[in-house]
Amino acid sequence: MLQEESDLALIIAQIVQKLKGSNLYAQLERQAWASLQRPEIKLESLKEDIKEFFKISGWEKKLQNAVYSELSVFPLPSHPAAPPEHLKEPLVYMRKAQGSWEKRILKSLNSMCTELSIPLARKRPVGEQKELLNKWNEMGTDEPDLSLFRPVYAPKDFLEVLINLRNPNYENGDSHSFRTHLGLIQVPLKVKDIPELKEFFVELGLTAGQLGIDDSTQVPPELFENEHVRIGQKVLSEQDSAAAQQYIRQGSPTALRAELWALILNISSQPEDILYYEQLKTNVIQHDLLVDSLIYKDVKLTASNDDYYFVFEDYLYQVLLCFSRDTSVLGHFAYNSASPPKSYIRGKLGLEEYAVFYPPNGVIPFHGFSMYVAPLCFLYHEPSKLYQIFREMYVRFFFRLHSISSHPSGIVSLCLLFETLLQTYLPQLFYHLREIGAQPLRISFKWMVRAFSGYLATDQLLLLWDRILGYNSLEILAA
Amino acid sequence: MSRVSVPCHVKGTVALQVGDVRTSQGRPGVLVIDVTFPSVAPFELQEIMFKNYYTAFLTIRVRQHTSTHTPAKWVTCLRDYCLMPDPHSEEGAQEYVSLFKHQMLCDMGKVLELRLILRQPSPLWLSFTVEELQIYKQGPKDLGIWFQVSPTLPASGQYAFALQSPSMTFPKWLSHPVPCEQPAPLLEGLPDPSRVSSEVQQMWALTEMIRASHTSTRIGRFDVDGCYDLNLLSYT
Repeated sequence: MLQEESDLALIIAQIVQKLKGSNLYAQLERQAWASLQRPEIKLESLKEDIKEFFKISGWEKKLQNAVYSELSVFPLPSHPAAPPEHLKEPLVYMRKAQGSWEKRILKSLNSMCTELSIPLARKRPVGEQKELLNKWNEMGTDEPDLSLFRPVYAPKDFLEVLINLRNPNYENGDSHSFRTHLGLIQVPLKVKDIPELKEFFVELGLTAGQLGIDDSTQVPPELFENEHVRIGQKVLSEQDSAAAQQYIRQGSPTALRAELWALILNISSQPEDILYYEQLKTNVIQHDLLVDSLIYKDVKLTASNDDYYFVFEDYLYQVLLCFSRDTSVLGHFAYNSASPPKSYIRGKLGLEEYAVFYPPNGVIPFHGFSMYVAPLCFLYHEPSKLYQIFREMYVRFFFRLHSISSHPSGIVSLCLLFETLLQTYLPQLFYHLREIGAQPLRISFKWMVRAFSGYLATDQLLLLWDRILGYNSLEILAA
Repeated sequence: MSRVSVPCHVKGTVALQVGDVRTSQGRPGVLVIDVTFPSVAPFELQEIMFKNYYTAFLTIRVRQHTSTHTPAKWVTCLRDYCLMPDPHSEEGAQEYVSLFKHQMLCDMGKVLELRLILRQPSPLWLSFTVEELQIYKQGPKDLGIWFQVSPTLPASGQYAFALQSPSMTFPKWLSHPVPCEQPAPLLEGLPDPSRVSSEVQQMWALTEMIRASHTSTRIGRFDVDGCYDLNLLSYT
């Protein structure tokens, strides 16, 4: 009893602390001050009157949405004795594996830097800055020489690392016994089985209507579609995040999807956010990073060659280049098992006050990274809103797809879930693929790492991503 | 309430196994750890804290000090507490755990010795134990601050996560103003002075609270004084 109360109080303190530093807090403060002018606010009952005012004017809802989004994103506070690394990743051998994988990436990036004699970061001369500013909206027309660049790593390299992941305390005998897994992943993580998945994904059962299936032309719209759209409009007018998340589990109508996603991710385009995006744009113009060339190369290799997404090439540059300058992304490393790469200002090696993170957001893009952004371009046309949505999607979901962790939505668990489900329910297919030397995970891994972006038609993909948002989990990718 | 760590001596683990340990092929599934308190008088146990390492179930037995001359008996105070919901998988395998006195089956008034019995029925794991064992007894009571974690202020460029005690203690004279004697009724027609002063007091308290709470947002710059000219990435 005592423990639960103190846990709850700790969660509340944590959320209050996080919200205090946000825009919403400043806005609420301003609103509270302004409301003092109103006649219904009396001094004796100041607190209650202001609370009542907030409820009526819709500000309480905004606060509720903000608290809900904090609860969804941040993991619950762990034991007070647990060090911060434990919050990132509780299992020691996974932390070690992630550390050595990161070292490999850094070595690769450093060697690329020395081989090509290109600095990691360079301040642009004024002329170049002006030129970039002029062609900001059409960076796709630029054709720099990228032949010497190669992506830092591809999903198949990452798969090799995951296959070799071993728990030192686990009985990994050489002989095949009941202990060795038949698939590629040999780590005994807990994954849901079908009864648990059925319970978790109850809204996707056969008896509930789904958009994408029950709104096809053969099915009359009165059965499901009309009602669903009507509920969607109601949810949007109430501006309630939690309700929107519940609603979207059955799919979102195309017309309402952009607003619903913004509501669930708690994104609203305030002037401060647009200003923040402009600030990032200035940062891009001032400094040129090696990572920028990697992004260029990645976009040219993947999104530009894709039939659906090549039109969005310019948007992709605008979002990804700004993303790599955004230091607020560093906050997600508190619960991500990865750590951002560090470096020092030239000449000041070892001095802590000259230590910086490189790239500024700590995320090194890999081959296919730009495909995370591409489907979002169908929904949002305004660069700063598109940027905010992508950033929120990344720090909530996509980072788990390329870091080694034991989280149930982490890529290792997803791979194990996929293999276990396939073995249990399609054993003949599994056996056949093994016999011909094509382990099924090798085929499906790249689908999962990219969250199916580029492998599914866009409307299907967006319906899938609806479910990811609705259930706040990536397990649907494996199921 | 605060707690005080009790220095304890943890004896080596003893495996319980049927048959000869050297010749039999299976691994032991039960381990026993004895914890003694050589230099401390019998105390009231508040909390047991440890880091789990692949132990599935925990039983704790305690031997308490009795006032009469009867020899102290072993009593089970925690039976088969589940640390890993599925012994074959990694869930809960390396978690930090705290056990409090209200979870115990018996009163923990005068503890002399503890015995932890660890069980791990799954044959998949090569070894299992508990680490970083710490025993706490109740410390001196203190008021006001209910949670003690040193706050770390995030500096620009770092991603530290800050915790702060939310309770604020107002100065004593604010909560209990000294009552003054009633002034002579010269102020007819004007609002009651004690009511006005209490309203002003509330407003002052609000402004103080708003001013005192500082935001913890980072500045957002990634360069140092406008310069971002880097060496190679460091591996540490």
